[in-house]
Amino acid sequence: MGNILGFFLLHREAIFIVILSIFLGIEVISHVPAILHTPLMSGANAIHGVVIIGAIIVMGHAETNGSMILGFLAVVLGTLNVVGGFVVTDRMLEMFKKKK
Amino acid sequence: MDQLSHLNSGTSILEMSYIIASILFILGLKMLSHPLTARRGNTLAAIGMSLAVIATILFHHKDGKPIGNIGLILIAIGIGSIIGWVIAKRVKMTAMPQLVSFFNGMGGAAAALISMMEFQHVSPDLIAKSGMANGHVLAILLGLMIGTISWAGSMIAFGKLDGRIGDMRIKAMKYVNLTILAVLIGFIVYIMTRHVQTSSELTYLIYIMFAIAVIYGVLFVMPIGGADMPVVISLLNSFTGVAAAMGGFLYNNQIMLTGGILVGSAGTILTILMCRAMNRSLLNVIVGVFGGGGKTNVEATGSVKEISISDAAVLLSYSKKVVIVPGYGLAVAQAQHICHELDKLLEEKGVEVKYAIHPVAGRMPGHMNVLLAEADVPYEQLIESDEINPDLPNTDVLVVIGANDVVNPAAEDDPSSPIYGMPIIKARDAKNIIVMKRGMGKGYAAIENMLFYNDKTRMLFGDAKSTLQNLVNEVKSL
Repeated sequence: MGNILGFFLLHREAIFIVILSIFLGIEVISHVPAILHTPLMSGANAIHGVVIIGAIIVMGHAETNGSMILGFLAVVLGTLNVVGGFVVTDRMLEMFKKKK
Repeated sequence: MDQLSHLNSGTSILEMSYIIASILFILGLKMLSHPLTARRGNTLAAIGMSLAVIATILFHHKDGKPIGNIGLILIAIGIGSIIGWVIAKRVKMTAMPQLVSFFNGMGGAAAALISMMEFQHVSPDLIAKSGMANGHVLAILLGLMIGTISWAGSMIAFGKLDGRIGDMRIKAMKYVNLTILAVLIGFIVYIMTRHVQTSSELTYLIYIMFAIAVIYGVLFVMPIGGADMPVVISLLNSFTGVAAAMGGFLYNNQIMLTGGILVGSAGTILTILMCRAMNRSLLNVIVGVFGGGGKTNVEATGSVKEISISDAAVLLSYSKKVVIVPGYGLAVAQAQHICHELDKLLEEKGVEVKYAIHPVAGRMPGHMNVLLAEADVPYEQLIESDEINPDLPNTDVLVVIGANDVVNPAAEDDPSSPIYGMPIIKARDAKNIIVMKRGMGKGYAAIENMLFYNDKTRMLFGDAKSTLQNLVNEVKSL
């Protein structure tokens, strides 16, 4: 039990961020028209590519060859998520322009 | 660990960058929910991501050491960027849903890999103090489990939408899935209660957990029908967000936390919104078997009447108002361009042509919009179903192309129908109805559609593309 309480104390800012982010996420998504559901999902998809930061940290401190290879793979996959995600979203939104 | 002990200007710049990136993520997401600002919102979020990545490479310190192997990191980013860019730019618009699923899986896999590697580096000092039962280890294990499930599930969803994987309907599936989930949680509890000196003694358990999580991810998505895939992808999207947030806990990294949780919660809300548009609960989508088992009170009575191409061409050309209802069949036949040709021809003849778009027509919300936009159909011609429904009694001809459930009157008439309560396009209100279908097969709800037997309805069987081509030729000759 002490471990869990200690964890909360040590990570209190992180917990605040989590709680606020949850409310923020809910707030930001309210009143989305149905036609934007897919581009929004695609955009959110790209944003969770932020996992690439973790991959960079792993690779940046990799000491063994195994860690380097897996870290390299993780960075590639994370980048796919980010770049692919934002480009796909942009393509979808391009289609929603009003045409004359 | 004391966060202030390594404070230097580099760390301050990093933290500032993360704050700015977080703001850009939040603003970007907010702007993505309004049609006028959506595209800019996407760009803003991308800028935020770039800022976070550059700042991390330049200023991040762990245990006092900066990021090394920068050259290789940049190469990895380069490779991922080129492949991601090319795939995203080249793939057909109709493959967008599966693409979203694929990239989602990539993120999940990255999160899982991070967990796998960090598990081996759990500090022996931490273990000496609190054993394996601490938040650090929990974050690693949850990141592994959720990231892997998201990756495996996303790959299956990709396969389903690409038409490569079929549905699997076994009655006991939900119990099997729940059991496997319990096993996974059991693994987490087991690992966290072991008494070891270093985490490497338990690495074999990580690999087993990974394998089980893959199986769970696969079995989670396998039984769900193709028509429900968009909801599942949205759910897996939020899973990956949570997995990314676990990484954030791991490194006490503000931007991973913000981005991850933002997507986790926004993704969950979006999933619920999508379910509401189908008038089904999320539980029903995941656990319920949609179609195949549903019994309805409606038996197909009567016969369908057909119409010839020439008669259909005449009917359409001499109408004042025509409404086209596109569905998944239009996308499958890749007939959106020839459809636009037809509507242009009719407009030249003085017919007012509009497209009635149902929120869940096709494979995902917005699918029909994207499909028709690709064919250069002007945005103004697309009308949402609840806007166009009141106009239908004044519509001379309503043409259904490859749509089924979204025009099925059972949603209004038959309380025992699996689609009962779902808002539909009130096709039967139109003065004349033409239904273009390949055959008398059933839609994804696998139920009868009494619209086909309606007195006002005429069937036009055949592949949408060739039927439309024939119609175009016929109308030109009139």
